[in-house]
Amino acid sequence: MKKKTKWESFWKENIGFVFVIPWLIGFLVFKAYPFLSSLYYSFTDYNLFSGISKFTFDNYVNVFKNPAEIKSLTTTFKYAFMTVPLKLVFALFIAYILNFKIRGVNLFRTAYYIPSILGGSVAIAVLWKALFNDDGLIRMFFANFGIDAPHFLSDPSWALFMICLLRVWQFGSAMVIFLAALKGVPQDLYEAASIDGAGKWKQFFSITIPLISPVIFYNLVTQLVQAFQEFNGPYIITKGGPLGSTTLMSLLIYNNAFTAYQMGKASAQAWVLFIILMFFTILAFWSQNHWVYYADDDGR
Amino acid sequence: MTTMRNEEAVAAMQRKLKRRHIWNLFVRYFVLVLVGLFMVYPLIWMVGATFKTNSEIFTTLNPIPVNPTTQGYVDAMKSSGGNINIWKAMLNTYSYVIPEVIFTIISSVLTAYGFGRFKFKGHDIMFSLMMAMLFLPQVVLNIPQYLLYNKFGWVGSDLYLALIVPTMFATETYFIFMLVQFLHNVPHELEEAAEIDGCNVFQILIRIIVPMLMPAIVSCALFKFMWSSNDFLGPLLYVNTPAKYPATIFVKLSMDADSGFNWNRVLATSLISIMPNIIVFFLAQNQFIDGISAGGVKG
Repeated sequence: MKKKTKWESFWKENIGFVFVIPWLIGFLVFKAYPFLSSLYYSFTDYNLFSGISKFTFDNYVNVFKNPAEIKSLTTTFKYAFMTVPLKLVFALFIAYILNFKIRGVNLFRTAYYIPSILGGSVAIAVLWKALFNDDGLIRMFFANFGIDAPHFLSDPSWALFMICLLRVWQFGSAMVIFLAALKGVPQDLYEAASIDGAGKWKQFFSITIPLISPVIFYNLVTQLVQAFQEFNGPYIITKGGPLGSTTLMSLLIYNNAFTAYQMGKASAQAWVLFIILMFFTILAFWSQNHWVYYADDDGR
Repeated sequence: MTTMRNEEAVAAMQRKLKRRHIWNLFVRYFVLVLVGLFMVYPLIWMVGATFKTNSEIFTTLNPIPVNPTTQGYVDAMKSSGGNINIWKAMLNTYSYVIPEVIFTIISSVLTAYGFGRFKFKGHDIMFSLMMAMLFLPQVVLNIPQYLLYNKFGWVGSDLYLALIVPTMFATETYFIFMLVQFLHNVPHELEEAAEIDGCNVFQILIRIIVPMLMPAIVSCALFKFMWSSNDFLGPLLYVNTPAKYPATIFVKLSMDADSGFNWNRVLATSLISIMPNIIVFFLAQNQFIDGISAGGVKG
């Protein structure tokens, strides 16, 4: 056998690194640098055209002082805390029913899943507007019966709810994930429980929920992260209105950065949103010790 | 006598159970159909509405047009002033979506192979950083990325550089994660055999890893295709010449211009714009479902 040189053995030990070089470049250039630079910008009065003239904490102070920004923050919370629980409850409920021996389960699953796969598109936002606009289908339908339905998209107390509804309607992907998890719950556990006299509800809460809790946890985190960053719905359907009632944080950030060109201010708002998101993500991870059940410790 | 009574009791019990079973079954199907109707009805109504006249569209919940017309489609295909129409916009969309999908797959597979099959200096720290990127929300990156791409001259680029170039560098962490997970469940024996036969790491990647990863690669490609073609914020930020607008932006603008009087045109334009996605979904339904289940269960 040929003796290996030092270089050859170094090459052999670290060849794997060659494959991750593209990722490393991407990480440094497109993730790490932007991330850190936005922290820096957030402490400046950076304007796209006039540049940076001073360093300041005002951007952060204003998020909690300026009424428009406070409102946007609370709207974002309202939006996320309406959308995520509704979506998850629907997803789990339908997945639970589909998990019984149902004829045509694939047909139902497809029907429920389509809105999720298409729902992110602008076309669906357009459809939503056609349905709920002041002269849209739903209001016209009620008008046929002489009922003056609420102005879904132009009434500030309704508009946010309609934006939520668009996302709740897309519970399909969470449902598909729940359904896969439910199929993994061993049937003999239910049989044992019903011999012990546990009813369906009891079985659901003391067997199903604990066993699929890792998946509930996964869905909760991903849906929260998505909800706090929602942009397309309010931008396309309501443009943040009426009266700012659907101006979610991501929309406010967009407006500040790309219509007012106040990059510093917008960066600070993005960082506040980021910190809130991290808080909930960490909270979720921390809380999982108390309610998430993992069958085997090395499973994760 | 007692046995008789027992049999009767058992039979009564069975009847009761059967009634309850049927009732449960009925409730389940009722709920499924009702919810299913809410899910699908808006889409069916939309398809019907594209064939209605503008005066008919909002007058009835019935999705079937009374006087079917293709005027909506005829109008949708007309250029809306300027040098862009729905076909051109869709061509624009796929001229960046397809490169995005291809580059994402190549760069993600390379990265997953590197992390999943090798140890090297700094492997663990880099792997942790990669995983941390799963939790880095895009909202905090939008502004600095825009400023960076602006410096590079990528904003408004006719080649969609700001959308395409990052995908060459494995920026879709979720896919890397999915592929690494999949690799963990693939046995090493074939690779070892290939190594003994004198294959180098690149040959192993092409001949063994890629074929074995194929199911995961297909579902990554499908999801990337859907996400990229639905992407709205990306083109909104980085495309600013009307002739280069993709379908998402075109649909949004034609809605703003037309809604209120020409809804059949707006809805027809929208429907055309998502037709490829609908077709891809129906062709590859199971891959979508498997992909999302696998990601979720393992995640």
